[in-house]
This record gives sequence, structure tokens and C-alpha cells, in this order.
Amino acid sequence: MIVGCGRTGSSVAKKLAGAGWDVTCVDEDETALGRLGDWRGGFVVGHGMELEVLERAGIANADAAVIATDGDNSNVVIGQVVQRRYQPISVVVRVLDPRRAEFYAERGLQTVCPTKTAIATLVDAVQASTAEPVGSSG
Amino acid sequence: MYAIVAGGGKVGANVTRSLVRMGHEVTLIEQRRDRFEQLESELGPTVFLGDATEIHVLEAAGIARPPSIVLAVTGDDEDNIVISQIAKEGYGVQKAIARVNDPRNQTHFDLLGITQTVCATSGLLGLVEHEMPEHGLVKLLELRTEGLEVVELHVHGDAPAAGKRVAGIALPEGAKLVSVMRNGVGEIVREDTVIRPGDQVVAVLKPGVEEKLRRAVVGA
Repeated sequence: MIVGCGRTGSSVAKKLAGAGWDVTCVDEDETALGRLGDWRGGFVVGHGMELEVLERAGIANADAAVIATDGDNSNVVIGQVVQRRYQPISVVVRVLDPRRAEFYAERGLQTVCPTKTAIATLVDAVQASTAEPVGSSG
Repeated sequence: MYAIVAGGGKVGANVTRSLVRMGHEVTLIEQRRDRFEQLESELGPTVFLGDATEIHVLEAAGIARPPSIVLAVTGDDEDNIVISQIAKEGYGVQKAIARVNDPRNQTHFDLLGITQTVCATSGLLGLVEHEMPEHGLVKLLELRTEGLEVVELHVHGDAPAAGKRVAGIALPEGAKLVSVMRNGVGEIVREDTVIRPGDQVVAVLKPGVEEKLRRAVVGA
């Protein structure tokens, strides 16, 4: 089950479906279905905070859930609800704010923080360039 | 006492005004700039601009002191859950009270350990039910954490309990009749108290047996 069918959610859905997973996406906006292209998986229109929506998406029998809506707080709340109510499936939650990602990771939620990855990649890219830092003598 | 109030809407602003008037130290966090400026012109440095779900904002507001109480009263339930969790689990705040905007989210607050909540819709609905006794059962008090409820039952002429002694009413397991209100006078019920039409009976029960209790006392 993928909650939040934006750029990230829809791409994860397509990749997993391509790898043989049976995938259902949940999004408040029905036009999000368009991001999935020629989609044979499930699609449920609704908000991930509603248990009825999660259940229609088949959460009770899901092996894994990816929570990637555009709201960090919605993601950590939905992720925790899914983890506690429907365990033992694996739950991965996207959290853009590095500090909230760390806070919830310390509490047992599997979080992925794209901002942290971007920061590290950008710093590495600059460091790897041949230019010397301004002011360095050498 | 030091208090942090998250969310400067009508609820947060008025609670802040009252706490300040009572002589407490308060920081009110509001994220919308226009609303912040409006509140700041009235309340001065008590008001802080920022997103209260960002840890650095809470830290700047003094979450690490920690405050005696945090009130998470924004218009967004997910935000209120996150603020309460950060306060309690991250900074050892002893008391966090959260506002529930959508009563359907109450189960999420309960599941995630946010035991003290306030929901205007549920409160209002309780009052409406109290004005419509044909529903038969009104919740008076819900001790969610303790697993107990107090309800009031309105007995009609054709109710199963009407005319019966308390000992003769087949009550479900986990429910007990406590008192009866008759002609404006309340009395503690005994085994031999006879329930009469027009009585308002108060009962204590475990959650989940309301419907069985209602059927046993007031009928379908």
C-alpha cells in the first residue's frame, strides 16, 4: 500500500508493481491516478487518516506500507497508526524535516529523509569539485 | 507556571489571554504571519512566529525548560498529535492537552498515547443528546484511560426496566445502576429500588456495553 501518490509515491508504486508486487495507491486527489500511467494496480481515493480508506486499500493484508504524502505530520501519524494497528507489516515513512525524521526514527518508526540525502549529496558534490574553498592558502 | 500554547486561533488566543490574566508565563506559537502580527500587537512578546511542529521552534519557545503544560490547539489534528508527542516523549513535559478537530481522529490520539484531549464536536453532540432523551442513553463522563464510563438512561413507560426492582433487571456484565433521579431528587439505588417511568437512571459501566445496557433498561 502506498499512501500519497505524488511524484515519489507514484514512482515507488510503479517500480514495485514492475518488480511483481501487488500495489494499491491511496490519494485524496483522483487525478493522481494520472501519474501512474497504464496502471493495473489498485487505487483508492481518500485520506490516509481515515481507517476506512486504509482498509479499503487492503491494509489488513498488506506486507508493506509506504507513507509519502506531502505532509510530514500526516505521514508520521499515519505511519504510527498503521504500525500499531496492523502490525506486523513493514512501514516506511517519508519525512522531509531531518529533525522530525530523527525524532520518530528513535521511536521505532522507519523514516526516510530525502532532505538529509540531498544535503549530503550536495556537500559531497562541492567537496569533490577541483575548486579550493575561498580563503584557503595552499 | 510556564505554558506553551501551539496555535493562535480562537481557542489558543483566548486560552493565552486567560492564562496571562491569571499571572502565568505563556508562549503562544502561531505560524501564519498575518495572524501572528495581529496577536503580537495585542499580546506582545508572548507571541512567537513559527511552525510549532518544528523542533527548533519548540526549543526557541522553551520546550526544554520544560513547561508545566503544553496545549496543542491548532486546527490540524496531525499537527496536534506531533506537538504532543514531541513535548511528552522528547522533552518530558508532564502534561500535554490536545485539541481534536475531527472527532473521527479521536482513535488516533488514543492509540498514540495522547490521553488528554478536548473535542468541541463531541462535547456539543453530548449536549444535543442530553436535550433529546428519546435516544435513551446519554454519556455523562468518559474515563478513557481508566476504562470506565458514566451514563444517564431515560426510562419511558414502555421501557423494559419500568416497574421493575433493580435486582430484577437483567443488566449486562460490567454495568451497574448507581442512582435514580425522580421529580428532581436524586437517590442512590438499592436492590429493592423500583424503577418508574420518567426516571433518569445513572449507571457506571465498562466501555462497549452501552448498547446492551440501553436495551436492558430503556429498550430498543
